[in-house]
Amino acid sequence: MARTPAELVGAQPEPPFEITLDGRPVAALTGQSVAAALWAAGILAWRTTRVGGRPRGAFCGIGQCYDCLATVNGEPNRRACLVPARPGDAITTQEGHGRADLSV
Amino acid sequence: MVGAACAYYAARSGLTVTVLDRGPVAGGTTGAGEGNLLVSDKEPGPELELALLSSQLWRELAELLPPVTEYEPKGGLVVASGEAGMAALRDFAAGQENAGVTAHEIPADRLHDLEPHLTPALAGGFHYPQDAQVQPALAAAHLLKAAGERVRLRLGEEVTGLLTGASGEVRGVRTASGEVHGPYVVNAAGTWGGELARLAGVELPVLPRRGFVLVTEPLPRVVRHKVYAADYVADVASGSAALQTSAVVEGTPAGPVLIGASRERVGYDRSLSVEVLRRLAAGATALFPALAGVRVMRTYAGFRPYLPDHLPAIGPDPRVPGLLHACGHEGAGIGLAPATGLVIARYLTGGEPLLDTAPFRPDRFPAAV
Ligand SMILES: Cc1cc2nc3c(=O)[nH]c(=O)nc-3n(C[C@H](O)[C@H](O)[C@H](O)COP(=O)(O)OP(=O)(O)OC[C@H]3O[C@@H](n4cnc5c(N)ncnc54)[C@H](O)[C@@H]3O)c2cc1C
Ligand code: FES
Repeated sequence: MARTPAELVGAQPEPPFEITLDGRPVAALTGQSVAAALWAAGILAWRTTRVGGRPRGAFCGIGQCYDCLATVNGEPNRRACLVPARPGDAITTQEGHGRADLSV
Repeated sequence: MVGAACAYYAARSGLTVTVLDRGPVAGGTTGAGEGNLLVSDKEPGPELELALLSSQLWRELAELLPPVTEYEPKGGLVVASGEAGMAALRDFAAGQENAGVTAHEIPADRLHDLEPHLTPALAGGFHYPQDAQVQPALAAAHLLKAAGERVRLRLGEEVTGLLTGASGEVRGVRTASGEVHGPYVVNAAGTWGGELARLAGVELPVLPRRGFVLVTEPLPRVVRHKVYAADYVADVASGSAALQTSAVVEGTPAGPVLIGASRERVGYDRSLSVEVLRRLAAGATALFPALAGVRVMRTYAGFRPYLPDHLPAIGPDPRVPGLLHACGHEGAGIGLAPATGLVIARYLTGGEPLLDTAPFRPDRFPAAV
């Protein structure tokens, strides 16, 4: 069976807390990024591209590629690989630029 | 951009052209500005004439260039915050209308119809339907392509000297890797046009005028026109070396909103100025409060090719037979490129001049002491 990174380093994390993706509960650990928590739950995509609406999630994992953008607590274009998960965070799948409300 | 336009129109007139650039296509100021094609910011005079001709030529070129060049006849909107500013705009527009510019006064209560996100705290504005926009780097590249086989492109090749004949006439240029021969040399070196002129032994006082641009994250259409504050026109016309900023905001088909404009003469200093960026952001959010909640992704700076009277140098240099100049277009080189190219092509082929080019004479500046 594949071992988790936490097992590999012998981590003893605090008990998990809950965040949500589009309302669905996802468990997260203290210190985990939003992207890591989603990945650990088997979720690989949380944004669609502006042109073509194709699925996107984390790619570089280190804040460089901007592929992992998500709407976090109503704020669009947060890099999920950098944003630390906090209890109760509401992540929503971001459609394109995530700014449809500004369109004129 | 200017070199590409000169090459395009010269090739179309049947000439064979070699384009030399020490860098890539659009590696100079063309790749470091915005792509507004404006008549709205120009007072009646030689530059406006050139801009009006150019705006017609850009419309023709847009038919020929692929959609990626992002030509958009979106129109400009100049806004004033108070009655005094509005009166000044009215005077300015009246003069322009006599010179062939279309301008419509927009009362304060109708601004919202044109730009829903504009602050309500404005006294009114003027709409200029002839203003347009392109993506300059792609426009330059595709114009060179559209010029066809008569244009040979040699990139990464620096001009290091001018070759002249027995009586001082131009025979070509020397480059880092050899010689290129031809009866005419066009100096389209933009901000570095003064250095190129010096290689030919003549003085042309082109100086860099630095400008920063803020680039927002990609957005839907938030700003429809090229929108700017009335004080922009005064800043453009100023000869001061000190920092000037005025709010200039436009959307792009790719998504990001571009925010300018700053002007200062600090040589080729590329260091980031937080003060300039702060002022640009403040100016843009004052006009469009909705932008306050939007992230700026990056910023870049470019060096406008500035000549002391704010007019470009276009045409033959009487001091060196065979040498022509097409540089010094300051903050309008994208807009003015097609007309410049056509004027240069006419000179090269001995055709009828298109307009009075005396104000653009390259030898109009007194020699430095
Ligand atoms: C912030 C900013 C915003 C702007 N916004 C606008 C706008 O909205 N609309 C507009 O019309 N204009 C705008 N401008 C101005 C516009 O970008 C310039 O006027 C225009 O790009 C000048 O084009 P050019 O071809 O003359 O110069 P460049 O694009 O600089 O081209 C000159 C070329 O010459 C090459 N060169 C120089 N010396 C040599 C040599 N010895 N040998 C070989 N090659 C050489 C350089 O590598 C360079 O590629 C803006 C400028 C800035 C900085
Ligand atoms: S995955 Fe590349 S920036 Fe987040």
